[in-house]
Amino acid sequence: MKTIRISVLLALLLAFNSAAHAARLYVSNEKDNSLSIIDMNSLEVIDTIEVGQRPRGITFSKDYTKLYICASDSDTVQVLDVASNQIIANLPSGEDPEQFALHPNDRHLYVANEDDAVVTVVDTETRTVLAQIDVGVEPEGMAVSPDGRWAINTSETTNMLHWIDTSTYELVDNTLVDQRPRHVEFSDDGKTLWASSEIGGTVAVVDVESRKVIKKLNFKIAGVTADRIQPVGIKLTSDQKTAFVALGPANHVAVVDTASYEIRKYLLVGRRVWHMELTDDDKFLFTSNGVSGDVSVVDVDKLKVIKSIKVGRYPWGLAIKP
Amino acid sequence: MQAATQFSPLKFITRLVGGFLCLMATAAPALQIDVLYLKQIIDKPPVLSNILPDAEDSGQQGAQLAINDNNSAGRFLKQRYSLEIYESKSPQELTERARQWIASGQALIVAELPAATLSKLAQQPFISGHSILFNVAAMDDSLRTTQCRSGLLHTAPSRAMLSDALMQFLVFKRWKEWFLIKGGRDEDILFASALKRSGKKFGAKLVAEKTWSFDTDLRRSAAREIPAFTQGEDYDVIVVADESGDFGEYLPYNSYLPRPVTGTQGLKPLAWHRVVEQWGAAQLQSRFEKLAGRWMNSLDYSAWLALRAIGEAVTRTAANDHKTLYAYLLGAEFELAGFKGRKLNFRDWNGQMRQPIPLAHPRALVANAPLEGFLHPHSELDTLGFDRPEVSCTFAPSL
Repeated sequence: MKTIRISVLLALLLAFNSAAHAARLYVSNEKDNSLSIIDMNSLEVIDTIEVGQRPRGITFSKDYTKLYICASDSDTVQVLDVASNQIIANLPSGEDPEQFALHPNDRHLYVANEDDAVVTVVDTETRTVLAQIDVGVEPEGMAVSPDGRWAINTSETTNMLHWIDTSTYELVDNTLVDQRPRHVEFSDDGKTLWASSEIGGTVAVVDVESRKVIKKLNFKIAGVTADRIQPVGIKLTSDQKTAFVALGPANHVAVVDTASYEIRKYLLVGRRVWHMELTDDDKFLFTSNGVSGDVSVVDVDKLKVIKSIKVGRYPWGLAIKP
Repeated sequence: MQAATQFSPLKFITRLVGGFLCLMATAAPALQIDVLYLKQIIDKPPVLSNILPDAEDSGQQGAQLAINDNNSAGRFLKQRYSLEIYESKSPQELTERARQWIASGQALIVAELPAATLSKLAQQPFISGHSILFNVAAMDDSLRTTQCRSGLLHTAPSRAMLSDALMQFLVFKRWKEWFLIKGGRDEDILFASALKRSGKKFGAKLVAEKTWSFDTDLRRSAAREIPAFTQGEDYDVIVVADESGDFGEYLPYNSYLPRPVTGTQGLKPLAWHRVVEQWGAAQLQSRFEKLAGRWMNSLDYSAWLALRAIGEAVTRTAANDHKTLYAYLLGAEFELAGFKGRKLNFRDWNGQMRQPIPLAHPRALVANAPLEGFLHPHSELDTLGFDRPEVSCTFAPSL
């Protein structure tokens, strides 16, 4: 009897232990200077931690031991030790870092400095600036190609995608897109690049080889005026069959078939939806809704919004630790 | 010729910036885009509330910022933008400078001119068909209804756009009974009539109207004079038309009834204000403050819009001739991100730039027109100002 009890206890302990190690979603709250941490099993906020001022873009190191945080108004990229939830370093990021992308080498961060019209390349190990590259006015979106060759930056007022060669840190080409490009995302195979234009209301699909726009997506939602449709965040599933586009104040996420470029569905989420994150198995999509201050959870197979989770003020960036 | 001969620190900086960009430009042939900024210096009438004057370089700094923004894009496209500023008190001198500019093969002119000077300039045979004039200052409705001209574009909102924005807000708040207090100057009468038109358009009822004609020094006597002046009919809200800021600043808190003050003082409809920070506007504000060392105002914003519209047209067409640019500016493709949450473009019936109108008090944004619920079959932005059927002049979207 005793042994049975002990084994039940052990099983419970194990269960508790595995819950403690369950996947977590980190959400930056731009107007609360904090991160909300959501348990992916219970879909509830289990912790809120204080970080630097105006946190926006967030991303994990490859081994998920560190979380990089753009603390825009602190003019730094903070490094959070994930195990202890402590900020262990402030990287020299240049002024007003907004978004960034980690190079596949797990070491170089490409940071868009919104107020300064430059992209800063930071070595996260030596904590030094490797290069600053002049780009257009109001750099915002950042992405590095899966093969590590290209870093792409969008400039919101110059309306371009800037192609930075990561081996020389030189800007080698520019692609004009519609008004106010916000976000860029590579497909996993690195062949296409998706770029949203917030005021233009479009998403450009760019062929990486030729650096030309091969398709421009438009959106139309019944009952929403055209100029409220302002695409920002983009996420592609790992099978590259589906793209999700967050439509800002239209409060919807568009589901795009990447083969036909047809819009399969518009999902109603929270207010002013900006960024998104997918689980590794592509089963769930999470969206940050700035005005309603919550995160919507989408069941990707069913294409249904199954829950909304209240977080801090103006949730902005999302990152999942499996 | 005042400005041409005097040393102007702003111009000096302008040249410095221009020179710097010149050094940065590569040897390959670049597309050159030159813009003339004409400013008529106006002697400001004496006003009672003379404590907070407008910056003298209003408008010019906005134009300069847009030139810098355009040159940032131009670096990647081999396009170079320059700005020449010419100021004078004399309409004849300004017209003559414009004539020389066109004669030298140029076409792009930004006009910070009163309506009378602008209207005459636009009718000159050397301008008509040979130039694109951007009106950044004159708010007169007549320039958008009866005196509009092909080649004349307005980035400054009209008085009707401002009054429509305000009346939408009053109706939205159910402050439908309004008391109009207007000054005696020409522009006050124009704004008062715009307000009355907007009141009728949106169903707000004018319950009383008075003209301020006193000449006591309100700085010392507002608490005695204003209550007596505002006594009488009951009303929901005071709407004031005092564009030069002569007496209107003394209306808030001094009215006989405890009522909000709106219009040219109190809660104001504006092209731009420091408190606009949404939709990335915080970045434009901080770029401007870095350049000018002060806050961006409506005139700066309208000038910025004009130069950015030029930049956008040049970028997309890779051309610098005025006919191509003008056709693009008025075509369906043109759109400009103006930090107001919607894409901006020009009305092809009178050359007015469509734009949201912020309603702000000195320290905060209160609302942003068009307000929700004011619908329009084509664009909600066309609930502000003169719509196509209301305009009778001839305006062509090509030159």
